[in-house]
Amino acid sequence: MNAREQFNAFSTILRKEVRRYLRIWTQTLLPSAITMSLYFVIFGSLIGSRIGDMGGFTYMQFVVPGLIMMAIVTNSYSNVVSSFFGSKFNHSVEELLVSPTPNYIILMGYVIGGVTRGLLVALVVTLVSLFFTQLHIHSYLVVVVVVLMTSTLFALAGFINAVYANSFDDISIIPTFVLTPLIYLGGVFYSMDLLPDFWAAVSKLNPLVYVVNAFRYGVLGVSDVSLPFAFGMIALFTVIAFSYSMHLLNTGKRLRQ
Amino acid sequence: MIPALTIENLSKVYGNGFEALKGISMTVQQGDFYALLGPNGAGKSTTIGIICSLVSKTAGRVQVFDADIDEDFPAAKKYIGIVPQEFNFNMFEKVFDIVVNQGGYYGMPVELARERAEKYLRELGLWDKRDEASRNLSGGMKRRLMIARALVHEPRLLILDEPTAGVDIEMRRAMWDFLQKINAEGTTIILTTHYLEEAEALCRHIGIINQGEIVEDTSIRELLRRLHREVFILDSVEEVPDDLDIPGFQCRKLEDHSLEVEVQKGQHINQVFSALDERGIAISSMRNRANRLEEMFVTLVEGAA
Repeated sequence: MNAREQFNAFSTILRKEVRRYLRIWTQTLLPSAITMSLYFVIFGSLIGSRIGDMGGFTYMQFVVPGLIMMAIVTNSYSNVVSSFFGSKFNHSVEELLVSPTPNYIILMGYVIGGVTRGLLVALVVTLVSLFFTQLHIHSYLVVVVVVLMTSTLFALAGFINAVYANSFDDISIIPTFVLTPLIYLGGVFYSMDLLPDFWAAVSKLNPLVYVVNAFRYGVLGVSDVSLPFAFGMIALFTVIAFSYSMHLLNTGKRLRQ
Repeated sequence: MIPALTIENLSKVYGNGFEALKGISMTVQQGDFYALLGPNGAGKSTTIGIICSLVSKTAGRVQVFDADIDEDFPAAKKYIGIVPQEFNFNMFEKVFDIVVNQGGYYGMPVELARERAEKYLRELGLWDKRDEASRNLSGGMKRRLMIARALVHEPRLLILDEPTAGVDIEMRRAMWDFLQKINAEGTTIILTTHYLEEAEALCRHIGIINQGEIVEDTSIRELLRRLHREVFILDSVEEVPDDLDIPGFQCRKLEDHSLEVEVQKGQHINQVFSALDERGIAISSMRNRANRLEEMFVTLVEGAA
């Protein structure tokens, strides 16, 4: 396939993905808006007002970046895992596998589809957050780069989960038992400074720590970890996830007999 | 002229150790209408799966026109349109979108994919259903949808894995007509089927695969020529006597007005009619007891077992 044909294949996959989540927007976009509104009300307004300042900001200001990032992570992940596993389950993935579309285009199509959903939900959640607090962006560049890298990383992770999944149970196990704990322990609701040294060190193995803190730096200008190190870790995890996804596609593991 | 498909020493051993293909070789010429027959589990779908990349081969060589799948699989894939045995489209997607998207996967611009989708959905009688979710189609319509989808990039080699399974007779005939039309226009077709009259009606060449080996690869005419006997059922006007004997022929009374006659190669059915005429028995109709190809198929498959 020449470059033009590859672009046509990519835009077809992306268009199909976007149409899919827009068609079922009550399942894909609305839940995050409702859930995050509840977080804002409960943790930000009700409990947050009793907690006081966190890292030099009101608790509401402190948690908003983490909650936006939480929405991006869960949506970019769940979009790819459910869509790609669904196409495996109903065998429509064979439409792509028999075509000359290169594997990296297949991966990019699904991943960018997940990224767009993550961005759309981030926009919705950010708009909702404006009802509760004022947002002053410290660095637009950092915000944009972190959002794009993070949604790409978790869309790739969703793809790997989908390839290995054999049932619908398998696509909910990782988000429930791995992703959600990592998010809650990733500094969304608290500063790393509050942790004892041992647990602060353990937390540095959690990719969500870098994601949340890099984004918080972009919004508030403060971070528990150094920004270059956070970017480096996100980039490292992304390269590993991309390489492994390509390995799965190239070897046809769980896709070809 | 380069063959449409060349398979040499193709073998496949699955992860559980099952040897599905034992080094098969076959050739399908350009413009041919080729039937790949075999009992369930013989290796037909494995062969097709390897050709279109859904199954990884263990050893051997596959070339589609000028493209070797080991050297340039994307080029080989462009030549191929595949209609699988099982429905493999998203049941929630619209009929039109399924066909247009497939065009996109082959690198077609969306405008061209839409034109082609309309062309083939019209030809296959699905245009009125273009905005329906595919799950709402009948079984026959779903099969035709898969044919339209396989043709959207106008492949030179169309492979159909049991395309008429579960399709009613009228629809089957319409599909036969359509396939014969695109074959006459130059598309090489490979068909697997369990309906042997379908293979006899449509195909010029035939490959029979059994237990992972090709047991026959020849023209249908040649195969039928080798048939040593045929069994006919004759319906008579007068009652068939219990002690009917026609010298040189094995015959058996089935019912009062029906008898079965076995005609060996070299014998003529006229001799049977003459003998019956001498006994004052008129024949009102006659048919083969079984499809001729079916008899040959059973002979070859049982012989190999």
